[in-house]
Amino acid sequence: MLEAFNFRVILEYMPLYLQCFLATLWLSALSLLGALLVGIIACAMRLSKSRTVSSIAGAYIEIIRSTPLLAQLYFFYFGLPSLGIMMPEWATGIIALTLNSGAYYAEIVRSGIQAIPNGQIEAGIASGLNYFQRMRYIILPQALGMTIRPMLGQAIVLVKDSSLLSLISIVELTRAGQLLTSDRFMPAEGFLTTAAFYLIIYYMLKGFSSWSEKRLIFREAH
Amino acid sequence: MWGFYFNELVRSLPFFMKGLWMTVAVSGLSLIMGTIIGFIWGIMRTSKNKVLRYLIGAWVDLIRGTPFLVQVFIVFFILPGIGIELEAFPAAVIALTNLAACFICEIVAGGILAVSSGQREAATASGLSAYQQLRYIILPQALRTILPPLVGQYVLLVKDSSVVSAIGVVDVTRVGWLTVQRIPEGIMVFGLVGILYFVICYPLINLSNALERRMTVVATKL
Repeated sequence: MLEAFNFRVILEYMPLYLQCFLATLWLSALSLLGALLVGIIACAMRLSKSRTVSSIAGAYIEIIRSTPLLAQLYFFYFGLPSLGIMMPEWATGIIALTLNSGAYYAEIVRSGIQAIPNGQIEAGIASGLNYFQRMRYIILPQALGMTIRPMLGQAIVLVKDSSLLSLISIVELTRAGQLLTSDRFMPAEGFLTTAAFYLIIYYMLKGFSSWSEKRLIFREAH
Repeated sequence: MWGFYFNELVRSLPFFMKGLWMTVAVSGLSLIMGTIIGFIWGIMRTSKNKVLRYLIGAWVDLIRGTPFLVQVFIVFFILPGIGIELEAFPAAVIALTNLAACFICEIVAGGILAVSSGQREAATASGLSAYQQLRYIILPQALRTILPPLVGQYVLLVKDSSVVSAIGVVDVTRVGWLTVQRIPEGIMVFGLVGILYFVICYPLINLSNALERRMTVVATKL
């Protein structure tokens, strides 16, 4: 199989791959930012004292977590036009990815906040720290330290999930593999190169994850 | 018009049930085989054999670092190139089984490592063979750590099974995609698809949460 592996075609398609690599990066980055925002808002709503607000956020989180991303993607892709809302594919893709990961981020943020014992917050109040000081010096550093790994883990999931956008004809990494398959009928070259590019992102995020964990534990020990 | 489409959708319910059956078949088969293989790999990953540990770790990393969609395409399009001709259904089951095995391998290895080393030493001192240690000492205790995330993983895998619709397996997602060409009400059609997934996944999520609570209670009692 290896002698049949055509590296020249890969080189020929490299500009396309790089362009698609960038597309995957910015689609994921935008969705990641959106998902963090949605996650924080949904988490705040989930922890709200108002029953209605809390159960709205709860329903959102449960529905997203119990259905596949692909079904959600098709829901928006086919559903929005039937409501008369027209938007480009990439916008639909980002909305679906954002709402999907947002539910997972809401749960991650919640686990981080709830893991901090109440006594610490009370001690902060007793020491005369105001709300922002408590957030800045007590709650957030600890919550961040505890959730940085699951957060980066979800970021990896999000990058991989962005491959589904190829199914609504957005040109990104997976689509590049499909193009190579349909143009030249070289699926091995096409999809293995695609996989290699995803692995670059994966190993970078994974390395960052273990690096940040070491650093944070180091800081905690002092 | 809406009512007409709704009636049409009700008329195509048997089609959706067939799709649901396909989703259950693909994910059920893969989950059973993936659990068995995952346990074997997980035990091997904690064995003393360094080469074995490294090989499994590297393979798991490759699979976790690439999108499932790309893996499905690789199995479906590339294996025929090296002489393994596959229908869509077995290709889907192979890809999903492999994915399941990789994730379950990590869960099992984590559970085994969580059992304190004193237990293993005590077992060795009592003259138990390696198999007896695993069967009577390590696995029963590890299962407590393994079970909740294992069921949680099942939910993710059922959802991931929607991706195999991309190679033409007629599962619920594919049925929705086919139906929406005929009934252009994306919200209605994929709302139904979502409900069908929800029916499978939601009880599993609750089971996972319940197991987690139960297992922690048991653990603290000891």
